[in-house]
Amino acid sequence: MNFFSEFGLYLITLKGMFSKPENGKMYWKEFMHQCADIGIGSLGIVAIISVFMGAVSTLQTAYQLVSPLIPLSTIAQIVRDTVILEFSPTLVCIVLAGVVGSKIASELGNMRVSEQIDALEIMGINTKAYLIMPKLLAAIFVIPMLIVISMVLSIWGGRVAGTATGILSAAAFDKGLHQYFKPYNVFFALAKSYTFAFIISSIPAYYGYNVQGGALEIGRASTRAVVVSCVLVLFADYILSAILL
Amino acid sequence: MIEIKNIKKGFGPKTVINDVSAVFRTGKCNLIIGTSGSGKTVMMKCLVGLFEPDSGEIIYDGQNFSEMNEERRKELRQNIGMLFQGSALFDSQTVEQNVMFPLDMFTKKTYPEKLRRVNEVLERVNLKDANKKYPAEISGGMKKRVGIARAIVLNPKYLFCDEPNSGLDPQTSLLIDKLIKEITEEYNITTVVNTHDMNSVMEIGDHIMYMYQGVKEWEGSNKEIIFSKNKLLNDFIFASEFLQDAKDMRMLEAKGKIDNNRNMDELLK
Repeated sequence: MNFFSEFGLYLITLKGMFSKPENGKMYWKEFMHQCADIGIGSLGIVAIISVFMGAVSTLQTAYQLVSPLIPLSTIAQIVRDTVILEFSPTLVCIVLAGVVGSKIASELGNMRVSEQIDALEIMGINTKAYLIMPKLLAAIFVIPMLIVISMVLSIWGGRVAGTATGILSAAAFDKGLHQYFKPYNVFFALAKSYTFAFIISSIPAYYGYNVQGGALEIGRASTRAVVVSCVLVLFADYILSAILL
Repeated sequence: MIEIKNIKKGFGPKTVINDVSAVFRTGKCNLIIGTSGSGKTVMMKCLVGLFEPDSGEIIYDGQNFSEMNEERRKELRQNIGMLFQGSALFDSQTVEQNVMFPLDMFTKKTYPEKLRRVNEVLERVNLKDANKKYPAEISGGMKKRVGIARAIVLNPKYLFCDEPNSGLDPQTSLLIDKLIKEITEEYNITTVVNTHDMNSVMEIGDHIMYMYQGVKEWEGSNKEIIFSKNKLLNDFIFASEFLQDAKDMRMLEAKGKIDNNRNMDELLK
């Protein structure tokens, strides 16, 4: 399948989601279920990655800033900005593309192969709306929250690592955190996280929903979904940085 | 009643169904039989709207399915129940939740009312005490029965069964066949069963359509199939020597040459 036909099928899949729900309550239930699945389910890995990301950033920044003319508080400033601008939204979303993306693709792929999607269709349910839309909305709703949590934990991780290794005091770190803080950076990070959330939920949903074959194809679709999502996240990262910064 | 008129369906250059017409009557078990690749699954998918036929008409009690828009199809589909080959139960839901799903989606009943209906249909398919089990925890035969329960929970007018006996032992197959037959007659449903199980053909085939390479090759009842002179059908139905012998016996019996009860010992000598 060439790029254009695949992209066309992706758009058709997304377009198919927009229809009146058969039962709003059931859609809401599914949305909440997906929020818990994507949000709570990924919280652990996001927390671990974030804390270490912040900690390593602090240590490596300190390692590079050798000039006695640069105040130590600058380390915290650099850590804050790199975490908010890049590490939390992009790196965490790439990890989530693996965690959430493969889950969505394999879940839908398995439903397709085992005829569960056909069963829903025959009942008169718009399967694109019922199966994809809640996942997409849940990702768009929950992933930015995870990114905010990740920013906080990364900065905290950096602070803990900085003070524990004696690189800089907690007071110096806190002072650096407040230096030249631009709230726009948070807006930029959130804009990125909404975009990435859409990518890492819609692409796997497309690959999973359109699986044909058996178990082998589910695995392939899942891998492909993660790879394509990651590439598109990086591409979107560049585009957004070029436009918004 | 479901009427199909001149259905054609192909994939690329390959024609899978070629100009097939038939009538599936209400309150009867209508069987579509044929070898693998004969087009019976595609036919069933066309009937329920999972595939769009290239040409022809599918008429559900006077309503032309082929001309319906998506909204009307959705309404009609609430009158359709389907049992899939692999049961197609939702893995993450218990038996009770699986059967309750159509009620949750399409009715405004309270939870106790829904639960009562679920228990009613589960009892009807002889499945008690399995409400809280997950599909992974029950046997293939039980899964089929849950699939039937889910298919009939909304009191459908039409029931489709795609190879209901695949992967089941002969005894369980017989139970599933009987259940389908009983439900069809009890609820006066138009049932269409896709099968290549010969026991099903003989047990429940009120009306049988034999498909060969996408074409309707033969049509009749389970009483008539024994005496059919269609070579393709006979090759398919009585493929084994055992079944061929059984057919010969039935024919001799019908002609009065043997009496199964009295002459067996003599015959065996």
